[in-house]
Amino acid sequence: MADNTKDEEIILTIENLRRIYKDDDGADVEALEDVSLKIKRGEFISIIGASGCGKTTLLRSIAGLDKPDSGTIVMDGHPITKPDPERGYVFQQGGLFNWLTVEQNISYGLKTRRVYKQKKDDVAKYIELVGLKGFEESYPYQISGGMAQRVAIARTLINEPKMLLLDEPMGALDSFTRADIQDKLLELHKLNGITMVLVTHDIDEAIYLSDRIVIMTPRPGKISNIIDVKIPHPRQRGGVEFLAMRRKLLEEFDLATALPEPEYNI
Amino acid sequence: MIKKSSAIYGLLLSVSGFLIAALLNALIPITAPVEIVDYHIGGTVVTINIAYRIVLFFLSALFLVQGLVSLRDHDRWKKFAKGAPLRFASGIGLLLWDLLGTKWQVLPQPFFPGPAGIIEAFLIEPGFVLENTLYSLRLYAAGFVLGVVFGVGTGILIGWFPKVYYWVTPVLNVTGVIPAVAWMPFALTLLPTPFAAAVFLIVICVWFPVTSLTAQGIKSTPKVQFEAARTLGSNTFDLVFRVAVPHAMPQIFTGISTANAFAFTTLVMAEMMGQPGGLGYYINLSKVWSAYYKVFAAIVVMAVLFSFITAILERIEKYALRWQKGLVR
Repeated sequence: MADNTKDEEIILTIENLRRIYKDDDGADVEALEDVSLKIKRGEFISIIGASGCGKTTLLRSIAGLDKPDSGTIVMDGHPITKPDPERGYVFQQGGLFNWLTVEQNISYGLKTRRVYKQKKDDVAKYIELVGLKGFEESYPYQISGGMAQRVAIARTLINEPKMLLLDEPMGALDSFTRADIQDKLLELHKLNGITMVLVTHDIDEAIYLSDRIVIMTPRPGKISNIIDVKIPHPRQRGGVEFLAMRRKLLEEFDLATALPEPEYNI
Repeated sequence: MIKKSSAIYGLLLSVSGFLIAALLNALIPITAPVEIVDYHIGGTVVTINIAYRIVLFFLSALFLVQGLVSLRDHDRWKKFAKGAPLRFASGIGLLLWDLLGTKWQVLPQPFFPGPAGIIEAFLIEPGFVLENTLYSLRLYAAGFVLGVVFGVGTGILIGWFPKVYYWVTPVLNVTGVIPAVAWMPFALTLLPTPFAAAVFLIVICVWFPVTSLTAQGIKSTPKVQFEAARTLGSNTFDLVFRVAVPHAMPQIFTGISTANAFAFTTLVMAEMMGQPGGLGYYINLSKVWSAYYKVFAAIVVMAVLFSFITAILERIEKYALRWQKGLVR
């Protein structure tokens, strides 16, 4: 796992990250053991692994939502200690504010950052960008799961973050909606070159979207390999290169002959 | 579309009960020894029967207008039509009550006067009834608003700060079960005016349910909502007032409507135990003179007033919680 990326391209550096949880019996569980990773500016990177491999813990640490026991995360020269709108976070589900309309959810960040007056016009722009025109006045209970995730993406993007952290955002969606959101993410990535970090357990999703795939293994959670995906966009889900990459990844998980176990994260 | 025949049937059923009651009130002679007094109001002579019939006409006109307005909307009409048999039955009920209570006086007097007899209270002393109604209303408004403000405030503190939860919850649990009026002797002694004492009691009885339900709502806010808010740039103030409090709104409103019912009880009991005015005071005063028709008059005013207040609160709740799925049944 040689990481020979040039320093000027690096947006975020993770060094020797360690995180220990206490489980229900009070025993120590090593969620992350000595994890180091460099993320390039503008890249789409996926973190993939079985449940319990610490991929969500890693993402939460990047966001500043989880404090590591040791190690550092530095973004553009500043160590990360707490959440910041410059790192947008999209949750698997349940992150929307049910008492706010689509429009109010999206403008939430502008209001908390006290820039709503100056940037009022952005709201309509981002609603349009994620294809939710006509649903401005809808409440979250009135829209579908896929639309809810579009709102979640738009309300982080309106803060013009340097990085978008995606915590299995398609995990709770049906496969058609999932493909739809995946294309939306690629479109947004191409549009403003924002760095995207996706946590997923879906191998196809990782191949379809990523420039690089970080493979993690559980107990203790650590990075076992990093694979470059050099297939040109738009990628064909059934294409030869795609299937070859799929086989390669399955081998990484020793699943080349058997189907991967589904993971349920609810 | 609403069928013409069903519209006519619904409207007719809604008003005919009251109109029959008015008609028979005019036609059937009084056989019991009832003294019919002429009251001079604004230059016209009004008896209890005339006033009673005016009320019946007013009710039919009210339902007629309501029915006609609801014809424009299918759901509203359905709701209105559903109540039509009930309105007819109410009219017939009033008719029977009129016969048994006033015309023939079969019911034991003076404990159960007829509807016309009750109206006499409003003809004898309209100013005094109004004065006492306004006193109750003032007392209620002051106590209820203060109680809700204090309740939501303490609820936020308890729900947000674990230390406050630890120290205040036991106090809340012990004092919360005590009926507020039990504090009456202390309130009357320690507070400068009887009005302040009654406000204090209403505040206490409103404070308890509003506090505990607000705290519950704040505490039950999912972690993911706070985390989402933090990644969107929220400070602690935002987390409390833009996330936890709106999330707790359904529970806060449950607390408020429970408190509303408590407040009515406390209000009337407080008034009966030493207030210089109010509907409870009016009941006590009338009871001393065995003027039970006045007691009933006060009860009718309470029924109308409290239903009105409850309806307003429900409207506010429905608007504030319009984001909730399945609230409109």
